[in-house]
Amino acid sequence: MQTTSDEVLISRIAGGDRLAMQVLYARHHVRVYRFVLRLVRNEATAEDLISEVFLDIWRQAGKFEGRSAASTWMLSIARFKALSALRRKPDEELDDEMAEQIEDHADDPETALAKKDKASALRQCLARLSADHREIIDLVYYHEKSVEEVAEIVGIPEATVKTRMFYARKKLSELLKEQGIDRGWP
Amino acid sequence: MNATKQEAPGRQEIEELLPWHAAGTLSRRDAQRVEDALARDPELARRYELVRDELGETIHLNETLGAPSARAMEKLFAKIDAEPARRQVSFSLGSRISEFFASLTPRTLALASGAAVLAILVQAGFIAGMMLNETTTGGYQTASAPATAPDAGSFAIIRFAPQASSEEITKFLETNKLSIASGPMAGGLYKVRVAVTGIPKAELARIVKKLQEDKAVGFIATTE
Repeated sequence: MQTTSDEVLISRIAGGDRLAMQVLYARHHVRVYRFVLRLVRNEATAEDLISEVFLDIWRQAGKFEGRSAASTWMLSIARFKALSALRRKPDEELDDEMAEQIEDHADDPETALAKKDKASALRQCLARLSADHREIIDLVYYHEKSVEEVAEIVGIPEATVKTRMFYARKKLSELLKEQGIDRGWP
Repeated sequence: MNATKQEAPGRQEIEELLPWHAAGTLSRRDAQRVEDALARDPELARRYELVRDELGETIHLNETLGAPSARAMEKLFAKIDAEPARRQVSFSLGSRISEFFASLTPRTLALASGAAVLAILVQAGFIAGMMLNETTTGGYQTASAPATAPDAGSFAIIRFAPQASSEEITKFLETNKLSIASGPMAGGLYKVRVAVTGIPKAELARIVKKLQEDKAVGFIATTE
């Protein structure tokens, strides 16, 4: 069965179709929320921003030209909203202690016991990366964005996307090494 | 630690692509380059495993972040309801075609456009050939109603399948005696003449339905 594409939904939203908006929201709100949460590191702020992001999508749907994937367009809006929120409330950016709390959300007792496992350490280090590095790692690995799409979302040249990703990974290795895990790279 | 200081030539460039290769978002050409490099460079293959670990744990981390509460959706739709009313959605053919344009991905559009350009070139040659033949055989023509009048006949709007070759498109057009009346339009769409005379809508729909089954066709619909 073929589902209605995001682009078709957006064209309907441009015409004021509230149901199309509900479908688009249901399809994307979790991923957009997680992208925003990883940037602002505050659940309440992220939840507020989700409403703002999708309200912008509702308002700007008529301007969407389909030059990029709908999800790329939505993440661009989400990023702009998140960075604006951080500029308004810089104190809301999470410190290391809160980063650990985010990590701990998913930790069942068994996972907690395995904190020193490599995978767990890797997740902790992912949570400790700088905002720029977190963002690019998430866009590439979680949101499955190509070099070109990341360049569009972040607003940097494609060559910079590659080098930023490389340095994000390098930083990850350094953080792991501080925890006693040497990956033998870089 | 000194691994990066003694890199094999070209390794750095390929290594930068590894995250996208793991995520499956490289072009076919780049993916092949990476595959070839991984096959001949064991150190690069080892580093690729590190990338795959990162990919898995990034997904794991994000998946543990939960989801927004229903409050976010309620808030959103309360705001939407407070917005000024917009024009109602139309379900006319024009609207549906617009939606169809919107449903095409940029990559599909590019491929479709490429195929369509080939098609129109081939078709132009085909039409020219037919016209020459007609001229030499002295076929009957009326001054008032030429067979190729731009607005005469029955039409369909068509987008060729992205994977269709120029040979397949040519064969499709020739076999079904179709001619391109106008285009390309946005989305790589063409208006094709199905018959030189107006035929009943039901008959046109039946023909178009049959044409849809051809593998050279990505999309086809009747049009005025």
